[in-house]
Formats: sequence, C-alpha cells, structure tokens
Amino acid sequence: MLELKKLTKTYRTGDKALQDVTLTVPKGQVMALIGPSGAGKSTLIRCINRLVEPTSGSVILDGADITALGAGGLRKMRRRMGMIFQEYALVERLTVMENVLSGRLGYVGFWRSFLRKFPQSDVDEAFRLLDRVGLLEMADKRADELSGGQRQRVGIARALIQDPRLLLVDEPTASLDPKTSRQIMRLICELCAERDLAAVINIHDVALAQMFVERIVGLKAGELAFDGKPTEMTEEVLTNIYGEEDWQATIRNVDDEEAEAALAAS
Amino acid sequence: MTAEALDNRIGTAWKKPPLITNPALRWTLFIGGLAYVVLAVSSIDVNWARVAEGLSRGWAFITAFFSPDFVSRGGDIWAGILESIIITITSTVVGIAISIPIGLGAARNIAPLPVYLVCRAIVSLSRALNEIIVAILLVAIFGFGPLAGFLTLSFATIGFMSKLLAEDIEEMSKAQAEAIRATGSSWLQWINYGVQPQVMPRLIGLSMYRLDINFRESAVLGLVGAGGIGATLNTAFDRYEFDTAAAILLIIIVTVMALEYLSGIIRAKVQ
Repeated sequence: MLELKKLTKTYRTGDKALQDVTLTVPKGQVMALIGPSGAGKSTLIRCINRLVEPTSGSVILDGADITALGAGGLRKMRRRMGMIFQEYALVERLTVMENVLSGRLGYVGFWRSFLRKFPQSDVDEAFRLLDRVGLLEMADKRADELSGGQRQRVGIARALIQDPRLLLVDEPTASLDPKTSRQIMRLICELCAERDLAAVINIHDVALAQMFVERIVGLKAGELAFDGKPTEMTEEVLTNIYGEEDWQATIRNVDDEEAEAALAAS
Repeated sequence: MTAEALDNRIGTAWKKPPLITNPALRWTLFIGGLAYVVLAVSSIDVNWARVAEGLSRGWAFITAFFSPDFVSRGGDIWAGILESIIITITSTVVGIAISIPIGLGAARNIAPLPVYLVCRAIVSLSRALNEIIVAILLVAIFGFGPLAGFLTLSFATIGFMSKLLAEDIEEMSKAQAEAIRATGSSWLQWINYGVQPQVMPRLIGLSMYRLDINFRESAVLGLVGAGGIGATLNTAFDRYEFDTAAAILLIIIVTVMALEYLSGIIRAKVQ
C-alpha cells in the first residue's frame, strides 16, 4: 500500500539524511522504525507526507506518486495520512475539541473552519473519538491543561478524525513515563487493528517496539540496516545499528512478557 | 594522564574568563571609554546667566501645577481631548489592521523571500521615519488638523506592530504549526489554526501597548499642528497660560496611567 522507492534526502548542509531507502508497507501493517538519533527516522516519516521534500526517489501511496503532486494534490493526499508527533504538537491555546477538529481542515472550507462551524458528522465523530481515547469530558478544556498522556491521546484523535489510510507516528512516547508509554503504544496498535490502518512508528525504545509491532526496520546513517520480525532482533543486529553495548537488558525476553501479561490479566 | 591533569588543576584559583580575551584590547577600550566621557563632559557649555533667568520661568511653570486651571479653557481642553482620543483609536485600529498582513509577510518562516523583502522594507521605512518628521510632512500635505495626526500614527503603528508581530511569529513553536500543515489544511487554515493561537496573546498585548503610545504621541504631534490635545497645549504655552497647560498635562498623565493600568490587566488576562 505504501511504497518507498530509492528515497533519498540530502539537506542543503550536505548531510545525507536518507540514501536509497526502498521499503514496502502492506495494508494494515504496523511497522516500527528504529535507529540512533540522526539516522534519518524523522526525515523518512516527513518525506512521506512531504513536510520535508525528498531530494530524489518516490513515495507511492495506493498507487499514487506523492512526490509528483502539486500543492492542491498534496493537500488532498495529506488528508489520508494521519500524523502523531513527538511532544504531541497540539496547538496549546486551542481547546481539545478544536485540536481534534483541526484534523478535518483538509475536508472543510476556510470560512467553516474559521467560524468553527464544522459539519455535524465531523463533530459527532470527534466526540466518538474523544470517548474512544477516554477524554470525552475534556472536550472544552484548553490543550495545555492536559497531562502528557492525555495530550498524546488528543493527538491520536486528531490523526484518526482525518479518516486516514496510513498513520505516521514520530516518537509517540518520547516524553512519557514507562506506563503511559505502553498505554499509548497499545492504543495506537489497537486503533490500527480496528481500522485496518498501516502505520510507520519511529521509536527509540527497542523493547517497547518489540512488545507491540509485527515488523521492525532499522535505519543506520540514512540506510536500511535491518528489516524483520521483532523476534529476529538480536544483539548482533542492535550492535550493527547502534554500536557496541551490552544489549542483554534491552532485548525483550518473551517469557518475561508473557508472565507479566498473565499477571496483569489475573 | 587524567590524574596528572587533575592534580595540576587542584589548588589553582578559578576566575570567570573575561568578556574580551585580549588584555591589550580590553584595556584600550576601557581607557578610551573613560577618556571620552571626561572630554565629553568638559565640552558641555552652560550659560549660567541664562539658566538663572530661566529658572524663574521654570518655577512659574512648576507652581502652576499647584493651581491647574481646568475651567477657563474648559471647552478647548475637552475638544482637544476628544480629538486626541478619536485620533488614537482610529489610528490604532487602522494601523493594526494593516500590520497583520504585513507582519505575516515579514516573518521569514512563513513568507516567501520576495514577499518578505517587500514587507521588511515597509517596516524599515516606517521605523526609520520619526513620527514628528512624518507629521510635519503630512501637515504640509493635508494642512493643519487631526487628519495628519491620524495618518502619522497609523503609519508609525504599522512599523511597530508588524515588526514585533513578525518576530513573534518567527519564534512560534514549529511543531504546532507543522501538525496543522500535516492535516492537509490550506494556507489560510494553517494561519488560523496553527499560527494565530500562538501569537494572539502577544498581538493583543502589543495592541494595548500601542494604544497607549499613540495617545501619548497624539499629544506631542499637536505641537507641530497635527491636531488633538497637543494643539490645545501648544496654544496654552504660546499664551503663557501655564495653569491651563498644567491642567492639560495632568489630564494626559492621568489618561496614560489609566490606559497603562488597563492594558496591564488585559495582557495578564489573555496569557
């Protein structure tokens, strides 16, 4: 469904952020993208919706080449790609409801959005999504009154109200505590499964990625360094991507996790 | 190796590195500055006889503040104040309305380069020309009266507001704006949702501040014939009616203080 072909990004400073990245994400697959800081994870995700313009190569979503689109076509295409950000990126002085409804901006005209007169179907959907992420009561609170975990839930609702085919998720748990991180990752993965959405998730926390996703791709200095199942993630792979370190504690121990899940269930 | 490096350091004094590293340059600047101040002060030429004469006139002006006369020119004062208020409000509203698009254009992070350069040029022009000079020019064109004052202050407001608004936009959170762009919003929607909420408190605060400045300026502009309370004040001085002048100055001071207090409250509320 999403295809990256020889995607390359060279910044004006000469930094090669991405080099010939070729990758296919099928419908409904949740994929984690790992790699050290500066490996190009953020750039890769932003090249998909062209918040960053790729230097060469192409991005194809459902058969349409995103890199070839003009301004209007790009706006229409962006509606299909929900994005969830590091540090939430909510507009802090707008209410929770305005933040969620901003996900519909690509669908409504300027005056409707300016006067905050969104179609009733959009408003209903916003309420449904807020209820789904457990924040219905917070609809009229200002975004900066919420806690980190709550803000990220609003961010998720904003991405989903776009009715996207694909979620682009940039470090969703970077500023959250370990428990909230898991809850957010679980929520994202559940929602993807419910709606049959594909997702590309940038994530620093390798163990967290292994816990939730079905495929992990490793980037190293802008190039693909690993592509496989979470169980194929070994110490050698991590050393190749990140460099020499003791990885014993990082790699998820399957037995521990299952024991924990059993405990949580009981 | 490191132990040796540490041992060499232990027991030595530590001082903050000086701002200017080169000692020769540092002392040259310091001594040069001192010499300049001494020479400058010694070159001031005061005519003490003239001061002695002027002191009594100054004293008459100061004592007038103890007996301000609000009544004998009451009608003129009232008309002048009203005119100043009208000039202030209209010029602030018109100035801000024009400043918003120019401010957007003068923010490098949202405007393309040609638009940016044009808007920055307008801002520089408006800021380079002092209000008094603009007022003298506009009085020459449009004649005495409040129209010249209104145009002058609108013009000055554009330079002030656009520059500060543009700077605020340039400092906004990029992430919030990016998030709105990623939804597929149009440019106007992006400004309305991603940029405006971030700069609104500053815009309101600056508007109140500018209202305050414009009122004060309108009092000064009257001195060069651009209408308002300044014209009344000028007339009072010309007639040596210091008690009326004192009354006018007191009114200006009270109004400016009231405006400042009000703008303080509003600015605290919109954060």
